[in-house]
Amino acid sequence: MTDQQTQNKIKTEEYFINMGPQHPAAHGVLRLILTIDGEIIKNVEPDLGYIHRSIEKMCERDSYQQIVHLTDRMDYLSSHINNEAVCLTVEKGLEIEVSDRVKVIRTIIDELTRIASHCLWWGVMGMDLGALTTYFYAFRDREMINDIFEETCGARLTMNYNVPGGLMFDIHPNFVKRTKDFITHFKTKIPEYDRLLTGNVIFQKRTKGVGILTREDAISFGVSGPTARGSGFSSDVRKHHPYSAYDLVNFKEILFTEGDTFARYQVRMMELWESVSIIEQLIDNIPEGETKAATKAVIKLPKGEFYQRVETARGELGVYINSTGNKNPYRVKFRSPGFSNLSVLNHISKDVLIGDLVATMASFDFVIPDIDR
Amino acid sequence: MSYFSDIYKGIKTLLTGMSVTGGYFIRARKGAITQQYPDNRETLKMFDRFRGEVVMPHNADNRHYCTGCQSCEIACPNGSIEIIWDRAVDPETGKKKKKIDKHIYHLSMCTMCGLCIEACPTDAIVWAPNFENSVYDRSKLTKILNQPGSSVLDGIED
Repeated sequence: MTDQQTQNKIKTEEYFINMGPQHPAAHGVLRLILTIDGEIIKNVEPDLGYIHRSIEKMCERDSYQQIVHLTDRMDYLSSHINNEAVCLTVEKGLEIEVSDRVKVIRTIIDELTRIASHCLWWGVMGMDLGALTTYFYAFRDREMINDIFEETCGARLTMNYNVPGGLMFDIHPNFVKRTKDFITHFKTKIPEYDRLLTGNVIFQKRTKGVGILTREDAISFGVSGPTARGSGFSSDVRKHHPYSAYDLVNFKEILFTEGDTFARYQVRMMELWESVSIIEQLIDNIPEGETKAATKAVIKLPKGEFYQRVETARGELGVYINSTGNKNPYRVKFRSPGFSNLSVLNHISKDVLIGDLVATMASFDFVIPDIDR
Repeated sequence: MSYFSDIYKGIKTLLTGMSVTGGYFIRARKGAITQQYPDNRETLKMFDRFRGEVVMPHNADNRHYCTGCQSCEIACPNGSIEIIWDRAVDPETGKKKKKIDKHIYHLSMCTMCGLCIEACPTDAIVWAPNFENSVYDRSKLTKILNQPGSSVLDGIED
């Protein structure tokens, strides 16, 4: 019998397999229902809801100060940026102008958050593809940022440092020194990351040409953040709609046109350098000023709709508040980056191997509580 | 030929990565940041702003700063703080004054957001750096912050 005849005789059929909700390669409780033929994926259906906490509904119950701490729990790796998004929206509604000091401190901490988040992503991406060492190296450097946050904000992950009108309290006296120490330390470590993982032949073979997302698809699916920039879609909110102190600093928007997993990887690695550069520009001249603008104890937004978007480590986070003039919002909606980015997964994962799906997912940098809220 | 050059390049990249890990292997002590946690309890010091749990400091005479204004209870997003209060008659003026009976703090529900401490007008509650909160019974996480028989310091008004 020839090979052709053998192939014709073997009857294959598609079957379903659950990837998750407890899968080591999915960073959280995301359940993907895969339709597979052998090892070829025919369809990916994400099933959400395992970590839904109805944060948007809870916001309708809470006062504007109380909403802030809930957003910590959405994208917990960029919790400071989420806090800032809510605060900026409320400040927009109240028409408060925060001081330059607050703006600069917010920007520095945003970028530290971004570095911490990208560090974790880098470690976990290596781990997903079988390189366990990256995880430990990334966490070693992330630990320094966590210490900075712990000293200034009191918490390591869910900081809740922003309040509508400014910051909860001033930065710790050690903040500047620690941040500078970290920057000097980290600048020697990014080349090490590259030597360890970026050039590795196994890593390159598993990421180059895998999970190609075209620019058109990125735009039509509403993909944002580093994932979109890996496909050449210029979508950086910091650049296009600057908030806080981003209009004071020079930084490049990293764009790659390949659109594959390796391009997305490179965008994030280059963004580490950009974040370092932004912090360096700001850390030496934090202006003096008040850390909290005077707000009423009970904040009431005027009647109307308010929207503000920020760039988190994963993409564009939009906060929509609909107010009827009460102390609670009438409706709050978060446009989270993870949800839109997940929607394109099925589109780009057709007819690829299961192992490649893991690589693609790792490069998307999903945080499941951000998708589910 | 490209077959052999691929092998050569591949091995080269692997060795580059291994030189990084090998470097750390040789000077492992220098770069180690791991804390030997349960063994270093004596020397472990948390940062002074660390949010461990909410406590109410008392002075030597069993006095505290809480006037029972309930700002913390209102500020708390999830009802972790409950204040049971009544009115005490001031013996000199005969006026009725609000005072706390029990300041109940549910540590099991607390999200460590810090809004209560920001809201407190008299700094009666502060953060304590205790973080070893595991207990066998959940009811032990419901704490009464004011000590028995304590009263508010004279002259503290909100």
